[in-house]
Amino acid sequence: MSVPLSRSYGSDFLLTMATIAQNTSSLLYSLRQRGVALLPFTLALFIFLWYSLVWAGDLRAFILPTPDLVLSRFVEAAGDGSLLRHTMVTLSEVLGGLVLGVSVATLLGYLLAKSQTLERLLSPYIVASQSIPTVAIAPLLVIWFGPGLTSKVLICALIVFFPILINTIVGVRAVPADLHDLMRSLKATRWQTFWLLEVPAALPVFLGGLRIGATLAVIGAVVGEFVGADRGLGFLINVGRGEYDTALVFVAVFTLMFMAMGLYGLVVLLEWRLLGWQRRESQETINY
Amino acid sequence: MNHSPILSASQLSTTFQNSNGGLHVLDKISFEIGAQQFVCVLGPSGSGKSTLLRVLAGLLAPSQGEVKIKGQALTGPQNGVAMVFQNANLMPWRSVCQNIRLPLELDGVNAKDAAARSGELIELVGLGGFDDVLPQDLSGGMAQRVAIARALVQDPDLLLMDEPFGSLDAITRDQMGGELLKIWSVHNKTVVMVTHDINEAVYLADRVLVLSDRPAKIVLDLDIDVPRPRKEQVRYTPEFGEFARQLREAIGGREISI
Ligand SMILES: Nc1ncnc2c1ncn2[C@@H]1O[C@H](COP(=O)(O)OP(=O)(O)OP(=O)(O)O)[C@@H](O)[C@H]1O
Ligand SMILES: [Mg+2]
Repeated sequence: MSVPLSRSYGSDFLLTMATIAQNTSSLLYSLRQRGVALLPFTLALFIFLWYSLVWAGDLRAFILPTPDLVLSRFVEAAGDGSLLRHTMVTLSEVLGGLVLGVSVATLLGYLLAKSQTLERLLSPYIVASQSIPTVAIAPLLVIWFGPGLTSKVLICALIVFFPILINTIVGVRAVPADLHDLMRSLKATRWQTFWLLEVPAALPVFLGGLRIGATLAVIGAVVGEFVGADRGLGFLINVGRGEYDTALVFVAVFTLMFMAMGLYGLVVLLEWRLLGWQRRESQETINY
Repeated sequence: MNHSPILSASQLSTTFQNSNGGLHVLDKISFEIGAQQFVCVLGPSGSGKSTLLRVLAGLLAPSQGEVKIKGQALTGPQNGVAMVFQNANLMPWRSVCQNIRLPLELDGVNAKDAAARSGELIELVGLGGFDDVLPQDLSGGMAQRVAIARALVQDPDLLLMDEPFGSLDAITRDQMGGELLKIWSVHNKTVVMVTHDINEAVYLADRVLVLSDRPAKIVLDLDIDVPRPRKEQVRYTPEFGEFARQLREAIGGREISI
């Protein structure tokens, strides 16, 4: 008797999990629907909790500064132009890294997707290179290319490379064989097949990779600046920490956060513009 | 009717490589199709009908044998040959009219002419007003009609159709069959159409080829001598029934008695 019993427990369990998953996803969905309207309240709650933490713990400013302290530090840093200067440095590293990483990864990904031989030849190296944490090679890049822009751009590019590469390969491989047959039967040129079939068909998966890449690039820049730099938001964090100017650290962290969110938002906007045709079906299912 | 062969297949064999010695799908298939003939291909599921059509379209090189179109050995897809795939095979990011226009776009036809011609065909397949609808918002039958329009827009001499009415309901199916007959007779086209509907084959075709189970051979090559134009009523005549019976027997559909 124990076997069917446990089996029925098993299926019950699965059923429950499925229901929970379903309810959770619909909950998340309705939360997102209401999220925008609730934003002022959640923000107020967040700031309230922050203040309470400082007061309740009797924390000193260099451990956890109060929100108003961070705000006044922000006004100060924004006022003397230093925040903007450092932000622009980091932003150019991020954008440079994105452009470099995305273009190399897309090109290589396309070639790998089209050529089994090339993939078999290169994929062991790509996987091996990916198992080295970027943080670990960042010092090397700074030694080789100096503490300036180049080393940071390279670190960003490296960190962005893999998700873009993989998503390009997956996207291009997933183009339906029947549509390739259609293009062949219509005697389309390679170029026409590329632009009219492969690009639009691979775009959803590719842009999914770009979402990840955009936020990773910001991490890459900060990692690079931690290792060796004399400017940038990562550098600013280091300075703030060294001088017990924790409010400055917070200012830099928030700026980085907004930068990453902005880039992510740009990609989402791009998806919205380019993938209008699948808006209805997949916005809720494909979500990184 | 002019019966010089527009298409001839000789000794076509196709074997797909797989782990246990290859899957033999087509077995020395030979036939000739005269210009402006309407030929239907019947056969059990999985017998190789789609494979045969892909070979005729130049999409798949046969393992043996050759296909000639207008006397020329086939080496790849040909101008003047259009294919309707078994699934509608539309581009999901293109609207109905953009899908229909694709062949013209690839040929570099200017936008104005392309719009005019795709407009005509949208009307013809009964999708007027659906120009800007995306494939995801079409029913299966509507999608198939778009696929038919996309083939017709190329104004092909030879139309290869793989179960083009597969997901249509009986009524629409008959309607589309009638439309196809009209296009075929007015525009001097040659049609090779795969179907699994025996009555449809008898109603539409000049000639029906019946394929056997895998590996597919031609087990019956039947001329349907029913005068044209064929009226709806022809479906209920004894000779029609006799053709249908012969075809059913050749396919090997077992008698079902209740
Ligand atoms: N590219 C391919 N590679 C390997 N096997 C294939 C390939 N295409 C078709 N086959 C096999 O060949 C056989 C015939 O397939 P085909 O699609 O031609 O059948 P069909 O007669 O069109 O069937 P249906 O009526 O179900 O559409 C099937 O067993 C199929 O698995
Ligand atoms: Mg088939």
